[in-house]
Amino acid sequence: MRYLPLSAEDRELMLAIIGVEKIDELFADAPEAALLTTPLDLPRRKTELQVERHMNALAAKNVAAGAVPFFVGAGAYKHHVPASVDHLIQRSEFLTSYTPYQPEISQGTLQVLFEFQTQVAMLSGMEVANASMYDGSTGTAEAILMAHRVAKRRKALISGGLHPHYVETARTLSDMAEDEMIVLPPDPLGQEDLIGALDDSLSCVVVQTPDVFGNLRDLRPLAQACKSKGVLLIAVTTEILSLGLIESPGAMGADIFVAEGQSIGNGLNFGGPYLGLFATREKFVRQMPGRLCGKTQDADGVRGYVLTLSTREQHIRREKATSNICTNSGLCALAFSIHLSLLGQTGLTQLARVNHAHAVALAEAVEKIPGVHLLNASFFNEFTLRVPGDAAALVEAMAAMGVLGGVPVSRLLPGAGLDDLLIVANTEVNTDEDRAAFLTALAGGLRA
Amino acid sequence: MMNIEGRPTGIGEIVAAPPKTFTGNRALDVEEGVIFDSGRLDFTGVDIDEPAPFKSRLGGLERQGEIGLPGLSEPETMRHYVRLSQKNYAIDSGLYPLGSCTMKHNPRLNEKMARLPGFGDIHPLQPISTVQGALELMEQLADWLMKLSGMEAIALSPKAGAHGEMCGMMAIKAAIAARGEGATRKVVLAPESAHGTNPATAAALGFTVRPVPAGPDGLVHPDAVAAALGPDVAAIMLTNPNTCGLFERDIVEIARLVHEAGAYFYCDGANFNAIVGKVQPGALGVDAMHINLHKTFSTPHGGGGPGSGPVVLSGRLAAFAPVPFLRREGGKLTLVEHADGSQAFGRMTAFHGQMGMFVRALTYILSHGSDGLAKASEDAVMAANYIRVKLKDLFSAPFGDRICMHEALFDDSWLKDTGITTLDFAKAMIDEGYHPMTMYFPLVVHGAMLIEPTESESLISLEMFLMVMRHLAIKALEGDKERFLGAPYYAPRRRLDETTAARKPVLRWKPTPPAEIYPPAK
Repeated sequence: MRYLPLSAEDRELMLAIIGVEKIDELFADAPEAALLTTPLDLPRRKTELQVERHMNALAAKNVAAGAVPFFVGAGAYKHHVPASVDHLIQRSEFLTSYTPYQPEISQGTLQVLFEFQTQVAMLSGMEVANASMYDGSTGTAEAILMAHRVAKRRKALISGGLHPHYVETARTLSDMAEDEMIVLPPDPLGQEDLIGALDDSLSCVVVQTPDVFGNLRDLRPLAQACKSKGVLLIAVTTEILSLGLIESPGAMGADIFVAEGQSIGNGLNFGGPYLGLFATREKFVRQMPGRLCGKTQDADGVRGYVLTLSTREQHIRREKATSNICTNSGLCALAFSIHLSLLGQTGLTQLARVNHAHAVALAEAVEKIPGVHLLNASFFNEFTLRVPGDAAALVEAMAAMGVLGGVPVSRLLPGAGLDDLLIVANTEVNTDEDRAAFLTALAGGLRA
Repeated sequence: MMNIEGRPTGIGEIVAAPPKTFTGNRALDVEEGVIFDSGRLDFTGVDIDEPAPFKSRLGGLERQGEIGLPGLSEPETMRHYVRLSQKNYAIDSGLYPLGSCTMKHNPRLNEKMARLPGFGDIHPLQPISTVQGALELMEQLADWLMKLSGMEAIALSPKAGAHGEMCGMMAIKAAIAARGEGATRKVVLAPESAHGTNPATAAALGFTVRPVPAGPDGLVHPDAVAAALGPDVAAIMLTNPNTCGLFERDIVEIARLVHEAGAYFYCDGANFNAIVGKVQPGALGVDAMHINLHKTFSTPHGGGGPGSGPVVLSGRLAAFAPVPFLRREGGKLTLVEHADGSQAFGRMTAFHGQMGMFVRALTYILSHGSDGLAKASEDAVMAANYIRVKLKDLFSAPFGDRICMHEALFDDSWLKDTGITTLDFAKAMIDEGYHPMTMYFPLVVHGAMLIEPTESESLISLEMFLMVMRHLAIKALEGDKERFLGAPYYAPRRRLDETTAARKPVLRWKPTPPAEIYPPAK
């Protein structure tokens, strides 16, 4: 077996030194009835070549985003990632190291985390960011718990523009923790009255911008209203690239910022691993979940980095911890940080402009198709269309024509009476030809 | 001596105390500033085409002011991150004996497969008809994990071990609520040796944690469990093999008692790697167990993640598994993404889980096969026992000569009166080129040193490690304190001041005010 270095002779010698005759003597504490003395009746070992054949065959049954005109978004986005990013994250020293619990020999990972935290804080306009969460959805659920701790109330108000998977993830944790949650109805037009729904029994209100339908939300009036009622404003974004163009949640008055960071540096990967970004105001830092990296000095007085404020964390505080999170998304954070180091604010803004320009171009073309309505008053790189008939059937028809045309809202919200809505994303990877193919397939699908 | 061009070929002058360098660099170990030092806010290392003129539809929400992020060219980027990487220890550079963390070899075939466009470049919400291969892969992984664990159902979506714990405990909470006992069963039993995530998970779900003491042999005993059980108990959370590296000998009896009391058995599967292909947790009476794909099935730890923590469930909990889950209808696979009309307790995360890790784990599993997986477990257990017997004359083992599983546990009683702590010993290991073992965990053992060599080490590698450990132990016992108390001396950094870091947290870079760069003229 190519991954096991010990030879038969090595094993014999080692067993003799341990003082047993047979390997199964080392498993003697297992109940005899439960010990398997022969391998399970499952396939035996395969060569690299055999495994590659097997996996290639499975991969070939999927339609890769890069192979077709691609307009699918709703929480995960197809972007171009520079080649150097994937090369660097495969450096052995990053890929095959553990959580930096021994800082003297983990300064590489630690400095990356310090830079990552700074980048996330700058991008979100917040004061401090942590070293990552699993993804945007679990980060949102954790942000609500954090708000409950800060506000000492246990009721959350959820906007109807929050991604339905995020709502479900948060609701599951909230129900299990026996907290209260009010979820407003789906809000495709971005016109719900959140301010009117505020009261001082709430710990927090959760708003996504751009929301799942693509609408941009001005958080400033809501932030004002929240402040007067002692309610924390949790701002969520699933398309972090939007912050290259749009005012930051921090500047608009958010108290906690949560985002899905996949768009920068990370591939689609069928939904994971992704990257949860989490930032807040300095005064709340001790209520934050997750790891934090801090700057300090070593015994020679030289600058260095360590994991810090770990008295919030499960391995120290156990049942009193702010979260049970341990492993996070370290390598995805590295990919994000490298890509953002390449972009800088200049590249980020340019990339965001291209995304917006492409979306505007598609929106203008789509608006000319009879029967198709664009719902959004504003958007970044994604918008929602009302189509005649069933959007899911339309997406299937477009797929049959070789175009992956978007996400039918019914996939996320079945039975909500929104079966005629289609969420369409348009990033820098889409060409004029792709948009032309989209329009052709849309028209064809509508005729079908 | 000179060669023909007049270049000296000798070894130069011997100096007793080498001078400090001006830069702080030490040859290949180069000091590297933070990216923000460059300050080039108008530069970008990505070439992006300017779009055709367009009418903005941002609704007046354009960002005002600078973000503050500098851009780096590709050469600068490569150099920055390569230099940083060189300050990290990694499995690829040496034995990484972190007990409980399982730092085994990460096969590169896994990485190659995960990057196939058919896996790495597919969207979680594209039509189901266009991702049949991905669903098939998930089905195959699920099938292997259920058979290896001997369990009846699986939730693939949890994002890491702690998230898997959360998922398993939610299934238990849902099952108890379905019985109408949600208001009365509010206690979870956990031994003091448990991972910190266990009590943290239980508490997050509104349970109170009742500790169960372990016996002097490091094992949980049925009488202790029986004494802690009652009509208020929802579940026990038990790690097996446990965090002392021992197989819980009475686990079947404990499971029986737990079930008899109307409670469920959650098994922390962090140490499943010791028994894959040897023992099926399902045969031990387990109701739910998470499997760390990033430990047992070799997906890389990546400096702290991502992980993946699928949860296998017994028949008693199967109906409560969260969405999404797979359903085969005829020749086609579908994903059930909504809980309506079922007992599914909800959703753990957006989308379907850590697909990138599923590909890597299945690649590892297929490479090994059922025979290779059992052999890997055997080698891991054998290597740990080899270390145990080869160090037992110098180090003190809290549980005597007892056979261990995949990790060997020592305490610090052998260091008594030396003035050297477990921490000091660990830091001296760094100077000798090794990542230290897990230390001060489990909490039930004083100054714990938990060594997990894994199945990835050759005999020569194990012998080298043992030689270093023995030399260091002898030096410690001889009173060579300096070697330990100041260690590490040769790492990229000496010991770091964690106290100040926590007391006055500096969690981000901030621009240095000009006055500090150029002190005012006197």
